[in-house]
Amino acid sequence: MRCRRCRGPAAIEIRRHNAAFCRDCFPLVFREQVRRAIHRYEMFAPDDRILVAVSGGKDSLALWDVLLLEGYRASGLYLGLGIGDYSDRSGDVVRAFARDRGAELVEVDLRRDHGYDIPTAGRKGPRSTCAVCGLSKRYVFNRAALEGGFDVVATGHNLDDEAATLLGNTLRWQTAYIARQSPALPAKDGMAKKVKPLHRLSELETAAYAFLRGIDYVVEECPLVAGNTQLRYKDAMNAIEATSPGTKTQFFLGYLERGLPLFRSEDVAELVPCERCGQPTTGRFCAFCRARAQILGEQLGTPAADGPSDRQVAAELADEVLPAELYGGPA
Amino acid sequence: MRVRLRNPDREVEVTGGRTVREVLGELDVNPDTVLVIRGGELVTREVVLGDGDDVEVRPVISGGAQESDRERR
Repeated sequence: MRCRRCRGPAAIEIRRHNAAFCRDCFPLVFREQVRRAIHRYEMFAPDDRILVAVSGGKDSLALWDVLLLEGYRASGLYLGLGIGDYSDRSGDVVRAFARDRGAELVEVDLRRDHGYDIPTAGRKGPRSTCAVCGLSKRYVFNRAALEGGFDVVATGHNLDDEAATLLGNTLRWQTAYIARQSPALPAKDGMAKKVKPLHRLSELETAAYAFLRGIDYVVEECPLVAGNTQLRYKDAMNAIEATSPGTKTQFFLGYLERGLPLFRSEDVAELVPCERCGQPTTGRFCAFCRARAQILGEQLGTPAADGPSDRQVAAELADEVLPAELYGGPA
Repeated sequence: MRVRLRNPDREVEVTGGRTVREVLGELDVNPDTVLVIRGGELVTREVVLGDGDDVEVRPVISGGAQESDRERR
């Protein structure tokens, strides 16, 4: 098997493109794909300050690496989740990456800064561990971007992530979520701009890029994620892809071209500041503050006379805000 | 040939003289979901592995909470 660009020995085969690339050419091809995504969706301007959400995994570190190589002003944001050795190793990897490249790293720690960690949240709340983890990340990323004066938050979501999420949302016909599954979400009402520059690249490609670039990343899976619904959707997509290469690409990139415009009218949520933290929400208190109060056993303000009961809030968190069906965990 | 598998970490012995594709088939691993690393280099699925090779089969699939794929408030 030969490299499509230089005809040298191939290191990685991309079946959906019916192509293979050598160890020197593939990182260049990868970067070109990222550049195309950035330009196609006008993700950043050259002088924008970018906050890259980094977990220590292959995707986020590959993204940060590309953005730095491309000359962007990209700082990292690492959120300490408190998941034992897994989090310790993740933090070490991210700090080493930043140090080696002289890049700025912003750190937030859930236990230190918000009073809980993810294992505790999973045990004490009605939500799955993955659900409260996702909620915490979205909240911290947005708040850190706004408070730090960043223009945009970039995450390492890849093609497999996006295809699996779209499959899950479609199976449930979650039209409001489908309407927002864009690689670039503009800033709005206290929500920072969010972009996903790796959405055209598969997990195999991001892993190969990280390996070929010599990036030390955490290969181990989060110990709390076993049996997650997102993984089952990925398994289903991979089973189809095995016999029909290109299906994931057609599904997700086809949705962006032809499906997303049909769902625009579903994205109509109006946002107001949370009464506790000021972050945007559709109700009195944002989902993060409600979840945190439940985890810590705290009362959130004075309940409005016609406000929702604790049971209603829990149901909303479990279904509307944090669908366990998508984020996994016990039914 | 010694093959290191991950998540969880373990090692298995398999017969060499076969392609990466055949070895992955015996291990019931989808080739699109792993990197195959021999001697610090990525190898593609038609490469023949030898009995003396040390090989790592590294999964590329990650799951769990998505960071911003659905902007719930």
